[in-house]
Amino acid sequence: MSTQAIAIENAKTGEVTEAVYEHPLIVRLCHWINAVALFVMVGSGLQIFRAFPSFGAKIPQKDLIHWPKAFALGGWLGGALQWHLTFMWIYMASGLVYIGYEIFSGNYKQVLFTPRDIPGVWPMLRHYFFFGPKPPEKEAYNPLQKQAYTSAIGLGVLSVLTGIAIWKPVQFSWLAWMMGGFHIARLLHFLVMWAILAFVFGHLVMVILHGWNNFFSMLTGWKKDPEYLTK
Amino acid sequence: MNRIDSRKFKSMNRRELFKLVPVVALGAFAIPKIQKPLLKAGLSFSDWASAKLFRKGHLAPTFSDSELTPFDKFPLNTYDVDDPGVDFDKWTLTVAGDVQKPGDYTLAQIQSLPKITQNARHVCVEGWDVIGRYGGVRLSDFLNKIGADTTARFVTVECADDYYESLDMPTALHPQTLLCYEMYDRPLTREHGAPLRLNIPTKIGYKQAKYLTDLKVTRVLDRLGYWEDQGYSEFYGL
Repeated sequence: MSTQAIAIENAKTGEVTEAVYEHPLIVRLCHWINAVALFVMVGSGLQIFRAFPSFGAKIPQKDLIHWPKAFALGGWLGGALQWHLTFMWIYMASGLVYIGYEIFSGNYKQVLFTPRDIPGVWPMLRHYFFFGPKPPEKEAYNPLQKQAYTSAIGLGVLSVLTGIAIWKPVQFSWLAWMMGGFHIARLLHFLVMWAILAFVFGHLVMVILHGWNNFFSMLTGWKKDPEYLTK
Repeated sequence: MNRIDSRKFKSMNRRELFKLVPVVALGAFAIPKIQKPLLKAGLSFSDWASAKLFRKGHLAPTFSDSELTPFDKFPLNTYDVDDPGVDFDKWTLTVAGDVQKPGDYTLAQIQSLPKITQNARHVCVEGWDVIGRYGGVRLSDFLNKIGADTTARFVTVECADDYYESLDMPTALHPQTLLCYEMYDRPLTREHGAPLRLNIPTKIGYKQAKYLTDLKVTRVLDRLGYWEDQGYSEFYGL
Protein backbone atom coordinates (compact mmCIF):
# COMPACT_ATOMS: atom_id res chain seq x y z
CA MET A 1 0.00 0.00 0.00
CA SER A 2 2.76 2.41 0.89
CA THR A 3 3.80 2.48 -2.75
CA GLN A 4 0.70 4.55 -3.36
CA ALA A 5 1.49 7.13 -0.69
CA ILE A 6 1.74 10.71 -1.84
CA ALA A 7 2.79 14.00 -0.26
CA ILE A 8 0.34 16.87 -0.33
CA GLU A 9 1.69 20.37 -0.20
CA ASN A 10 -0.67 23.03 1.09
CA ALA A 11 -0.77 25.74 -1.58
CA LYS A 12 -0.82 28.58 0.97
CA THR A 13 1.25 27.45 3.95
CA GLY A 14 3.55 25.03 2.21
CA GLU A 15 2.79 22.50 4.92
CA VAL A 16 3.25 18.92 3.77
CA THR A 17 1.00 16.00 4.77
CA GLU A 18 0.88 12.50 3.44
CA ALA A 19 -1.98 10.47 2.08
CA VAL A 20 -2.49 6.88 1.05
CA TYR A 21 -4.88 5.44 -1.51
CA GLU A 22 -6.40 2.89 0.83
CA HIS A 23 -9.60 1.68 -0.82
CA PRO A 24 -9.69 0.97 -4.56
CA LEU A 25 -12.88 1.92 -6.39
CA ILE A 26 -14.19 -1.66 -6.60
CA VAL A 27 -13.90 -2.04 -2.85
CA ARG A 28 -15.69 1.26 -2.21
CA LEU A 29 -18.47 0.44 -4.68
CA CYS A 30 -18.95 -3.01 -3.17
CA HIS A 31 -18.90 -1.57 0.34
CA TRP A 32 -21.70 0.94 -0.28
CA ILE A 33 -23.81 -1.25 -2.53
CA ASN A 34 -23.52 -4.01 0.04
CA ALA A 35 -24.45 -1.58 2.81
CA VAL A 36 -27.65 -0.62 0.99
CA ALA A 37 -28.42 -4.25 0.12
CA LEU A 38 -27.81 -5.35 3.71
CA PHE A 39 -30.18 -2.67 4.97
CA VAL A 40 -32.91 -3.91 2.60
CA MET A 41 -32.23 -7.58 3.37
CA VAL A 42 -32.48 -7.03 7.12
CA GLY A 43 -35.59 -4.84 6.84
CA SER A 44 -37.45 -7.16 4.51
CA GLY A 45 -36.18 -10.21 6.39
CA LEU A 46 -37.73 -8.92 9.58
CA GLN A 47 -41.03 -8.35 7.76
CA ILE A 48 -40.88 -11.94 6.47
CA PHE A 49 -40.16 -13.08 10.02
CA ARG A 50 -43.33 -11.27 11.18
CA ALA A 51 -45.40 -13.75 9.14
CA PHE A 52 -44.27 -16.60 11.42
CA PRO A 53 -42.25 -15.22 14.33
CA SER A 54 -41.40 -18.62 15.69
CA PHE A 55 -38.91 -21.45 15.23
CA GLY A 56 -41.13 -24.25 16.43
CA ALA A 57 -44.32 -25.82 15.18
CA LYS A 58 -47.18 -23.97 13.52
CA ILE A 59 -49.58 -25.79 15.87
CA PRO A 60 -49.35 -24.77 18.64
CA GLN A 61 -47.51 -21.64 17.57
CA LYS A 62 -45.37 -19.93 20.19
CA ASP A 63 -44.37 -16.52 18.89
CA LEU A 64 -40.81 -15.63 19.79
CA ILE A 65 -41.35 -11.90 19.66
CA HIS A 66 -43.85 -9.47 18.25
CA TRP A 67 -41.56 -7.53 15.94
CA PRO A 68 -42.84 -3.96 15.34
CA LYS A 69 -43.84 -3.14 11.79
CA ALA A 70 -41.99 0.17 12.02
CA PHE A 71 -38.69 -1.74 12.00
CA ALA A 72 -39.52 -3.80 8.96
CA LEU A 73 -39.59 -3.17 5.23
CA GLY A 74 -42.07 -4.17 2.55
CA GLY A 75 -45.38 -3.60 4.35
CA TRP A 76 -46.64 -7.17 3.99
CA LEU A 77 -45.20 -10.63 3.43
CA GLY A 78 -45.55 -10.50 -0.37
CA GLY A 79 -43.97 -7.06 -0.56
CA ALA A 80 -41.13 -8.03 1.75
CA LEU A 81 -40.43 -11.13 -0.35
CA GLN A 82 -40.17 -8.95 -3.46
CA TRP A 83 -37.54 -6.80 -1.73
CA HIS A 84 -35.74 -9.82 -0.31
CA LEU A 85 -35.69 -11.81 -3.57
CA THR A 86 -34.56 -8.73 -5.54
CA PHE A 87 -31.86 -7.44 -3.23
CA MET A 88 -30.43 -10.88 -2.47
CA TRP A 89 -28.94 -10.77 -5.98
CA ILE A 90 -27.43 -7.34 -5.37
CA TYR A 91 -26.20 -8.50 -1.95
CA MET A 92 -24.62 -11.63 -3.41
CA ALA A 93 -23.17 -9.84 -6.44
CA SER A 94 -21.49 -7.15 -4.35
CA GLY A 95 -20.13 -9.81 -1.99
CA LEU A 96 -18.83 -12.02 -4.79
CA VAL A 97 -17.20 -9.15 -6.67
CA TYR A 98 -15.59 -7.97 -3.44
CA ILE A 99 -14.25 -11.39 -2.46
CA GLY A 100 -13.11 -12.04 -6.03
CA TYR A 101 -11.30 -8.73 -6.16
CA GLU A 102 -9.63 -9.21 -2.78
CA ILE A 103 -8.26 -12.59 -3.84
CA PHE A 104 -7.27 -11.48 -7.33
CA SER A 105 -5.57 -8.25 -6.26
CA GLY A 106 -3.91 -9.59 -3.15
CA ASN A 107 -5.68 -6.87 -1.20
CA TYR A 108 -6.95 -9.59 1.15
CA LYS A 109 -3.60 -9.42 2.97
CA GLN A 110 -4.72 -6.10 4.39
CA VAL A 111 -8.02 -7.50 5.69
CA LEU A 112 -7.62 -11.19 6.43
CA PHE A 113 -7.02 -12.15 10.04
CA THR A 114 -4.24 -14.74 10.16
CA PRO A 115 -2.45 -16.53 13.02
CA ARG A 116 0.27 -13.87 12.76
CA ASP A 117 -2.23 -11.36 14.07
CA ILE A 118 -2.98 -13.30 17.25
CA PRO A 119 -0.15 -11.80 19.39
CA GLY A 120 -1.49 -8.34 18.63
CA VAL A 121 -5.03 -9.07 19.83
CA TRP A 122 -4.49 -8.69 23.57
CA PRO A 123 -2.59 -5.35 23.44
CA MET A 124 -5.35 -3.96 21.25
CA LEU A 125 -8.12 -5.23 23.57
CA ARG A 126 -6.23 -3.75 26.52
CA HIS A 127 -6.09 -0.43 24.73
CA TYR A 128 -9.76 -0.38 23.76
CA PHE A 129 -11.31 -1.66 26.98
CA PHE A 130 -8.79 -1.32 29.80
CA PHE A 131 -7.06 2.01 29.11
CA GLY A 132 -3.87 0.30 27.99
CA PRO A 133 -1.28 2.10 25.87
CA LYS A 134 -2.02 2.29 22.18
CA PRO A 135 0.01 -0.30 20.27
CA PRO A 136 1.92 1.19 17.32
CA GLU A 137 0.11 0.83 14.00
CA LYS A 138 2.14 -0.83 11.33
CA GLU A 139 -0.54 -1.49 8.75
CA ALA A 140 -3.92 -0.29 7.62
CA TYR A 141 -5.87 -2.47 10.02
CA ASN A 142 -5.01 -3.54 13.54
CA PRO A 143 -5.51 -7.18 14.59
CA LEU A 144 -8.95 -6.51 16.07
CA GLN A 145 -10.11 -4.75 12.93
CA LYS A 146 -8.86 -7.66 10.83
CA GLN A 147 -10.65 -10.05 13.12
CA ALA A 148 -13.88 -8.04 12.82
CA TYR A 149 -13.71 -7.66 9.03
CA THR A 150 -12.77 -11.28 8.49
CA SER A 151 -15.68 -12.38 10.67
CA ALA A 152 -18.02 -10.04 8.81
CA ILE A 153 -17.04 -11.56 5.48
CA GLY A 154 -17.52 -15.04 6.94
CA LEU A 155 -20.94 -14.05 8.28
CA GLY A 156 -21.85 -12.64 4.88
CA VAL A 157 -21.03 -15.98 3.26
CA LEU A 158 -23.02 -17.80 5.95
CA SER A 159 -26.01 -15.53 5.46
CA VAL A 160 -26.07 -16.50 1.78
CA LEU A 161 -25.60 -20.22 2.43
CA THR A 162 -28.32 -20.38 5.10
CA GLY A 163 -30.53 -18.29 2.83
CA ILE A 164 -30.10 -20.68 -0.09
CA ALA A 165 -30.84 -23.60 2.22
CA ILE A 166 -34.26 -22.23 3.14
CA TRP A 167 -35.05 -20.72 -0.28
CA LYS A 168 -34.23 -23.95 -2.13
CA PRO A 169 -34.53 -26.79 0.42
CA VAL A 170 -35.21 -29.25 -2.44
CA GLN A 171 -32.71 -28.28 -5.15
CA PHE A 172 -30.04 -27.66 -2.48
CA SER A 173 -31.29 -30.30 -0.06
CA TRP A 174 -27.66 -31.20 0.74
CA LEU A 175 -27.08 -27.68 2.01
CA ALA A 176 -30.11 -27.81 4.31
CA TRP A 177 -29.03 -31.28 5.40
CA MET A 178 -25.50 -30.07 6.18
CA MET A 179 -26.96 -27.39 8.41
CA GLY A 180 -29.00 -29.91 10.34
CA GLY A 181 -32.23 -29.53 8.42
CA PHE A 182 -34.62 -26.86 7.22
CA HIS A 183 -35.60 -25.76 10.73
CA ILE A 184 -32.06 -25.19 11.91
CA ALA A 185 -31.09 -23.50 8.64
CA ARG A 186 -33.93 -21.01 9.12
CA LEU A 187 -32.87 -20.39 12.70
CA LEU A 188 -29.23 -19.97 11.61
CA HIS A 189 -30.27 -17.52 8.89
CA PHE A 190 -31.98 -15.47 11.59
CA LEU A 191 -29.05 -15.66 14.03
CA VAL A 192 -26.49 -14.79 11.37
CA MET A 193 -28.50 -11.63 10.72
CA TRP A 194 -28.14 -10.59 14.37
CA ALA A 195 -24.43 -11.36 14.30
CA ILE A 196 -24.06 -9.15 11.21
CA LEU A 197 -26.07 -6.42 12.93
CA ALA A 198 -23.75 -6.68 15.93
CA PHE A 199 -20.79 -6.17 13.59
CA VAL A 200 -22.51 -3.20 11.91
CA PHE A 201 -23.16 -1.64 15.31
CA GLY A 202 -19.53 -1.98 16.37
CA HIS A 203 -18.38 -0.81 12.94
CA LEU A 204 -20.48 2.36 13.15
CA VAL A 205 -19.33 3.09 16.70
CA MET A 206 -15.70 2.83 15.62
CA VAL A 207 -16.26 5.00 12.55
CA ILE A 208 -17.81 7.69 14.73
CA LEU A 209 -15.02 7.43 17.32
CA HIS A 210 -12.28 7.60 14.72
CA GLY A 211 -13.70 10.56 12.91
CA TRP A 212 -14.24 11.72 9.38
CA ASN A 213 -10.83 10.84 8.01
CA ASN A 214 -11.64 7.16 8.16
CA PHE A 215 -15.13 7.63 6.80
CA PHE A 216 -13.88 9.71 3.87
CA SER A 217 -11.35 7.12 2.86
CA MET A 218 -14.24 4.73 2.14
CA LEU A 219 -15.77 7.45 -0.05
CA THR A 220 -12.78 8.75 -1.98
CA GLY A 221 -10.23 6.04 -1.35
CA TRP A 222 -7.69 8.50 0.05
CA LYS A 223 -6.73 8.60 3.68
CA LYS A 224 -4.82 11.59 4.97
CA ASP A 225 -2.05 11.11 7.49
CA PRO A 226 -2.50 7.44 8.29
CA GLU A 227 -0.72 6.57 11.51
CA TYR A 228 1.04 3.58 10.05
CA LEU A 229 2.83 5.85 7.58
CA THR A 230 4.09 8.61 9.83
CA LYS A 231 5.22 6.44 12.72
CA MET B 1 7.04 9.82 -3.22
CA ASN B 2 4.79 11.86 -5.47
CA ARG B 3 4.17 15.41 -4.37
CA ILE B 4 0.99 17.25 -5.34
CA ASP B 5 -0.58 20.43 -4.11
CA SER B 6 -3.58 20.43 -1.87
CA ARG B 7 -5.97 21.84 -4.48
CA LYS B 8 -5.13 19.03 -6.82
CA PHE B 9 -5.63 16.57 -3.98
CA LYS B 10 -9.07 18.02 -3.36
CA SER B 11 -10.17 17.74 -6.98
CA MET B 12 -8.78 14.20 -7.08
CA ASN B 13 -10.96 13.34 -4.08
CA ARG B 14 -14.00 14.90 -5.72
CA ARG B 15 -13.40 12.81 -8.81
CA GLU B 16 -13.10 9.65 -6.76
CA LEU B 17 -16.29 10.50 -4.90
CA PHE B 18 -18.09 10.99 -8.21
CA LYS B 19 -17.17 7.50 -9.28
CA LEU B 20 -19.54 6.17 -6.61
CA VAL B 21 -22.53 7.29 -8.69
CA PRO B 22 -23.61 3.66 -9.38
CA VAL B 23 -24.46 3.38 -5.68
CA VAL B 24 -26.83 6.33 -6.02
CA ALA B 25 -28.60 4.43 -8.81
CA LEU B 26 -29.92 2.09 -6.11
CA GLY B 27 -31.89 5.12 -4.93
CA ALA B 28 -34.24 4.37 -7.83
CA PHE B 29 -35.80 1.80 -5.50
CA ALA B 30 -36.88 4.66 -3.26
CA ILE B 31 -38.87 6.41 -6.00
CA PRO B 32 -42.47 5.16 -5.64
CA LYS B 33 -43.25 5.29 -9.35
CA ILE B 34 -40.44 3.01 -10.49
CA GLN B 35 -40.15 0.98 -7.31
CA LYS B 36 -42.99 -1.33 -8.33
CA PRO B 37 -41.65 -2.24 -11.79
CA LEU B 38 -38.13 -2.63 -10.37
CA LEU B 39 -39.28 -5.07 -7.69
CA LYS B 40 -41.40 -6.88 -10.24
CA ALA B 41 -38.34 -7.24 -12.45
CA GLY B 42 -36.34 -8.48 -9.46
CA LEU B 43 -38.98 -11.08 -8.65
CA SER B 44 -39.15 -12.15 -12.30
CA PHE B 45 -35.39 -12.57 -12.36
CA SER B 46 -35.59 -14.67 -9.21
CA ASP B 47 -38.32 -16.81 -10.79
CA TRP B 48 -36.27 -17.21 -13.95
CA ALA B 49 -33.28 -18.35 -11.88
CA SER B 50 -35.55 -20.69 -9.88
CA ALA B 51 -36.83 -22.31 -13.08
CA LYS B 52 -33.21 -22.77 -14.20
CA LEU B 53 -32.29 -24.37 -10.86
CA PHE B 54 -35.18 -26.82 -11.13
CA ARG B 55 -33.97 -30.29 -12.11
CA LYS B 56 -36.69 -32.59 -13.40
CA GLY B 57 -35.05 -35.77 -12.12
CA HIS B 58 -34.11 -34.40 -8.71
CA LEU B 59 -36.42 -35.68 -5.99
CA ALA B 60 -37.46 -33.73 -2.93
CA PRO B 61 -36.37 -35.40 0.32
CA THR B 62 -38.87 -37.92 1.66
CA PHE B 63 -39.25 -38.92 5.27
CA SER B 64 -39.94 -41.92 7.45
CA ASP B 65 -43.33 -42.39 9.11
CA SER B 66 -41.81 -41.48 12.48
CA GLU B 67 -40.90 -38.03 11.16
CA LEU B 68 -44.47 -37.20 10.14
CA THR B 69 -46.17 -34.22 11.70
CA PRO B 70 -49.21 -35.64 13.55
CA PHE B 71 -52.34 -35.11 11.47
CA ASP B 72 -53.97 -32.87 14.10
CA LYS B 73 -50.88 -30.63 14.07
CA PHE B 74 -51.03 -30.19 10.31
CA PRO B 75 -52.06 -26.54 9.82
CA LEU B 76 -54.99 -25.45 7.71
CA ASN B 77 -54.26 -22.41 5.60
CA THR B 78 -57.33 -21.61 3.59
CA TYR B 79 -57.64 -18.17 2.10
CA ASP B 80 -61.42 -18.18 2.29
CA VAL B 81 -63.41 -21.02 3.84
CA ASP B 82 -62.32 -24.34 5.32
CA ASP B 83 -65.13 -26.12 3.52
CA PRO B 84 -66.51 -24.79 0.24
CA GLY B 85 -69.29 -27.40 0.40
CA VAL B 86 -68.33 -29.67 -2.48
CA ASP B 87 -71.05 -32.18 -3.38
CA PHE B 88 -68.97 -35.37 -3.60
CA ASP B 89 -71.67 -37.31 -5.48
CA LYS B 90 -71.72 -34.83 -8.33
CA TRP B 91 -68.05 -33.91 -8.27
CA THR B 92 -65.93 -34.31 -11.38
CA LEU B 93 -62.69 -32.81 -12.55
CA THR B 94 -63.37 -30.82 -15.69
CA VAL B 95 -60.46 -31.07 -18.12
CA ALA B 96 -59.95 -28.61 -20.94
CA GLY B 97 -57.27 -26.98 -23.08
CA ASP B 98 -54.53 -28.61 -25.12
CA VAL B 99 -55.66 -32.19 -24.46
CA GLN B 100 -56.94 -34.96 -26.71
CA LYS B 101 -59.62 -36.12 -24.26
CA PRO B 102 -61.25 -33.15 -22.60
CA GLY B 103 -64.32 -33.60 -20.43
CA ASP B 104 -65.39 -34.52 -16.92
CA TYR B 105 -63.39 -37.11 -15.00
CA THR B 106 -64.75 -38.85 -11.91
CA LEU B 107 -62.66 -39.57 -8.84
CA ALA B 108 -62.87 -43.30 -9.65
CA GLN B 109 -61.38 -42.67 -13.08
CA ILE B 110 -58.51 -40.72 -11.52
CA GLN B 111 -58.00 -43.36 -8.84
CA SER B 112 -57.66 -46.06 -11.49
CA LEU B 113 -54.17 -44.72 -12.20
CA PRO B 114 -51.21 -46.14 -10.21
CA LYS B 115 -51.29 -44.94 -6.62
CA ILE B 116 -48.31 -43.15 -5.13
CA THR B 117 -47.83 -42.50 -1.43
CA GLN B 118 -45.12 -40.13 -0.18
CA ASN B 119 -44.04 -38.49 3.06
CA ALA B 120 -42.96 -35.05 1.97
CA ARG B 121 -42.21 -31.65 3.43
CA HIS B 122 -44.76 -28.92 3.00
CA VAL B 123 -43.17 -25.48 3.25
CA CYS B 124 -45.38 -22.47 3.76
CA VAL B 125 -44.36 -19.08 2.39
CA GLU B 126 -44.84 -17.78 5.94
CA GLY B 127 -41.84 -19.79 7.06
CA TRP B 128 -43.27 -22.84 8.82
CA ASP B 129 -43.11 -26.37 7.50
CA VAL B 130 -44.62 -29.74 8.25
CA ILE B 131 -44.04 -33.25 7.02
CA GLY B 132 -47.20 -34.86 5.73
CA ARG B 133 -48.23 -38.16 4.19
CA TYR B 134 -49.91 -37.85 0.84
CA GLY B 135 -51.52 -40.39 -1.45
CA GLY B 136 -52.66 -39.91 -5.00
CA VAL B 137 -51.75 -40.33 -8.62
CA ARG B 138 -48.97 -38.71 -10.52
CA LEU B 139 -50.15 -35.63 -12.34
CA SER B 140 -47.92 -36.78 -15.20
CA ASP B 141 -49.88 -40.07 -15.42
CA PHE B 142 -53.12 -38.14 -15.50
CA LEU B 143 -51.78 -35.76 -18.16
CA ASN B 144 -50.84 -38.83 -20.16
CA LYS B 145 -54.33 -40.30 -19.67
CA ILE B 146 -56.05 -37.16 -20.96
CA GLY B 147 -53.64 -36.88 -23.87
CA ALA B 148 -52.18 -33.58 -22.77
CA ASP B 149 -49.82 -31.74 -25.09
CA THR B 150 -46.82 -31.52 -22.80
CA THR B 151 -45.15 -29.00 -25.05
CA ALA B 152 -47.76 -26.57 -23.74
CA ARG B 153 -46.15 -24.53 -21.01
CA PHE B 154 -48.65 -24.60 -18.18
CA VAL B 155 -51.21 -26.60 -16.27
CA THR B 156 -53.79 -24.47 -14.50
CA VAL B 157 -56.35 -25.49 -11.90
CA GLU B 158 -59.48 -23.92 -10.50
CA CYS B 159 -61.01 -24.73 -7.17
CA ALA B 160 -64.42 -24.95 -5.51
CA ASP B 161 -63.53 -21.97 -3.31
CA ASP B 162 -62.59 -19.84 -6.36
CA TYR B 163 -58.89 -20.27 -5.62
CA TYR B 164 -56.83 -20.80 -8.75
CA GLU B 165 -53.26 -21.77 -9.53
CA SER B 166 -50.85 -22.34 -12.38
CA LEU B 167 -47.98 -24.78 -12.71
CA ASP B 168 -45.07 -24.79 -15.13
CA MET B 169 -44.99 -27.96 -17.25
CA PRO B 170 -41.64 -29.31 -15.93
CA THR B 171 -43.04 -29.25 -12.38
CA ALA B 172 -46.36 -30.72 -13.55
CA LEU B 173 -44.43 -33.64 -15.05
CA HIS B 174 -42.21 -34.15 -11.98
CA PRO B 175 -42.63 -37.66 -10.55
CA GLN B 176 -43.52 -36.34 -7.08
CA THR B 177 -46.25 -33.99 -8.29
CA LEU B 178 -49.54 -35.64 -7.29
CA LEU B 179 -53.22 -35.27 -7.80
CA CYS B 180 -53.76 -36.11 -4.16
CA TYR B 181 -56.90 -37.73 -2.77
CA GLU B 182 -55.51 -39.12 0.50
CA MET B 183 -53.66 -37.72 3.48
CA TYR B 184 -52.31 -39.96 6.22
CA ASP B 185 -53.78 -43.00 4.42
CA ARG B 186 -57.32 -41.69 4.70
CA PRO B 187 -59.50 -39.93 2.15
CA LEU B 188 -58.89 -36.18 2.15
CA THR B 189 -60.97 -34.36 4.73
CA ARG B 190 -62.99 -31.38 3.56
CA GLU B 191 -60.62 -28.88 5.25
CA HIS B 192 -57.62 -30.43 3.51
CA GLY B 193 -59.17 -30.11 0.09
CA ALA B 194 -61.50 -33.06 -0.55
CA PRO B 195 -62.02 -34.68 -2.87
CA LEU B 196 -58.86 -33.76 -4.81
CA ARG B 197 -55.92 -31.44 -4.24
CA LEU B 198 -52.40 -30.93 -5.48
CA ASN B 199 -49.34 -32.15 -3.59
CA ILE B 200 -46.08 -30.78 -5.00
CA PRO B 201 -43.03 -31.35 -2.76
CA THR B 202 -40.91 -29.19 -5.09
CA LYS B 203 -43.15 -26.13 -4.64
CA ILE B 204 -44.14 -23.71 -1.91
CA GLY B 205 -47.45 -24.37 -0.12
CA TYR B 206 -49.69 -21.88 -1.88
CA LYS B 207 -49.17 -23.64 -5.22
CA GLN B 208 -50.73 -26.80 -3.79
CA ALA B 209 -54.37 -25.95 -4.42
CA LYS B 210 -57.26 -27.75 -2.73
CA TYR B 211 -60.85 -28.65 -3.78
CA LEU B 212 -59.89 -28.92 -7.45
CA THR B 213 -62.75 -28.61 -9.93
CA ASP B 214 -61.06 -27.70 -13.22
CA LEU B 215 -57.78 -28.53 -14.88
CA LYS B 216 -56.51 -26.99 -18.06
CA VAL B 217 -53.41 -27.42 -20.20
CA THR B 218 -52.45 -24.17 -21.83
CA ARG B 219 -49.77 -22.15 -23.61
CA VAL B 220 -50.77 -18.80 -22.24
CA LEU B 221 -51.75 -17.66 -18.77
CA ASP B 222 -54.40 -15.01 -18.43
CA ARG B 223 -53.86 -15.11 -14.69
CA LEU B 224 -51.07 -16.64 -12.59
CA GLY B 225 -52.63 -17.71 -9.33
CA TYR B 226 -54.54 -16.28 -6.41
CA TRP B 227 -51.46 -15.14 -4.45
CA GLU B 228 -49.20 -14.64 -7.47
CA ASP B 229 -51.60 -12.08 -8.89
CA GLN B 230 -51.18 -10.12 -5.66
CA GLY B 231 -47.43 -10.01 -5.97
CA TYR B 232 -46.09 -13.35 -4.74
CA SER B 233 -43.56 -15.34 -6.72
CA GLU B 234 -44.99 -17.16 -9.74
CA PHE B 235 -42.54 -20.06 -9.85
CA TYR B 236 -41.64 -20.44 -6.16
CA GLY B 237 -39.87 -23.75 -6.51
CA LEU B 238 -38.17 -25.12 -3.43
